Amino acid sequence: MERAEIESKLKELLVDELGLDGDKIKSDARFEEDLEVDSLGVVELLMALEDNFGVQIPDEEAESIGTVGEAVDLVVAKLGG
Amino acid sequence: MSGVALVTGAARGIGREIALKLARDGFAVAVNYASSEAKAEKVVAQIETAGGRAVALQADVSDPDAVISLFSTVTDELGPVHVLVNNAGITDDGLVLRMSADQWDSVLNTNLRSVFLCTKAALRSMVRARSGRIINISSVSGISGNPGQGNYSAAKAGIIGFTKSVAKEVGSRGITVNAVAPGFIKTDMTETLGAAVIDGVEQQIALGRMGLPKEVASMVGYLASSDASYITGQVIVVDGGLAL
Repeated sequence: MERAEIESKLKELLVDELGLDGDKIKSDARFEEDLEVDSLGVVELLMALEDNFGVQIPDEEAESIGTVGEAVDLVVAKLGG
Repeated sequence: MSGVALVTGAARGIGREIALKLARDGFAVAVNYASSEAKAEKVVAQIETAGGRAVALQADVSDPDAVISLFSTVTDELGPVHVLVNNAGITDDGLVLRMSADQWDSVLNTNLRSVFLCTKAALRSMVRARSGRIINISSVSGISGNPGQGNYSAAKAGIIGFTKSVAKEVGSRGITVNAVAPGFIKTDMTETLGAAVIDGVEQQIALGRMGLPKEVASMVGYLASSDASYITGQVIVVDGGLAL
């Protein structure tokens, strides 16, 4: 899967599953500060990533996700590796 | 009301009455059991005869893998769980001075670990659906303590703390989490008590008698209904006025 494809799929998940405003979802947008995603929302995001991309994200790796771009990076790395 | 309800330990006693009540209220019911297969099938047959929908599913709910597979089977056969009733429980009484670590572990695992495992599994779809009801069966023993039940009362008190924490964790997603604490209810579990003990207990109950499983089930039915939409993190005592 291409990076652009992963990015657009992720954006779709954020809008559909977390109810975020699509216009605010930029690569450097921070989940907690800019998008107002609470701690349970971050867990929901991880579950959505795992279910939709078929990857496993352990807690240690989940901590590296602060922005939308970092979430894309992680999925790209998981699918590439 | 429609949707899917999973009741753990639903082959007998209070769990059985809860399964029957939820089925009457329109839920498709997953009747979980550990070993009482024939009794679980009887509950299913009773629900089906009344025009309801149910399946009997064996699982040791203190085992993480068994719980995952239970939820996946329920989802496949009935749909995602909207109401979870954590009812499965055992007793293995003894004074603490004579209680073995195994007696402690088995009661804590079946009565408390199972609640964590099933709640975790259920929340996955409930959080996504932005709705759900979790009802945990605690006990007056977990509120007031009971000699000979150090393990049981610890597990039942643990359920209360867990109920309140989870209620706070998932309230923002439209999920309610409550506990029901029955007092002395006529079931197989209390049948082993001698007549003298029962007489003594009944004297301490304001209503002067033991409760019936259906009297607990009706509270669970209420908490599962849309009428209870603004109640969460609560412990509702159903004991005929024992713990006053």
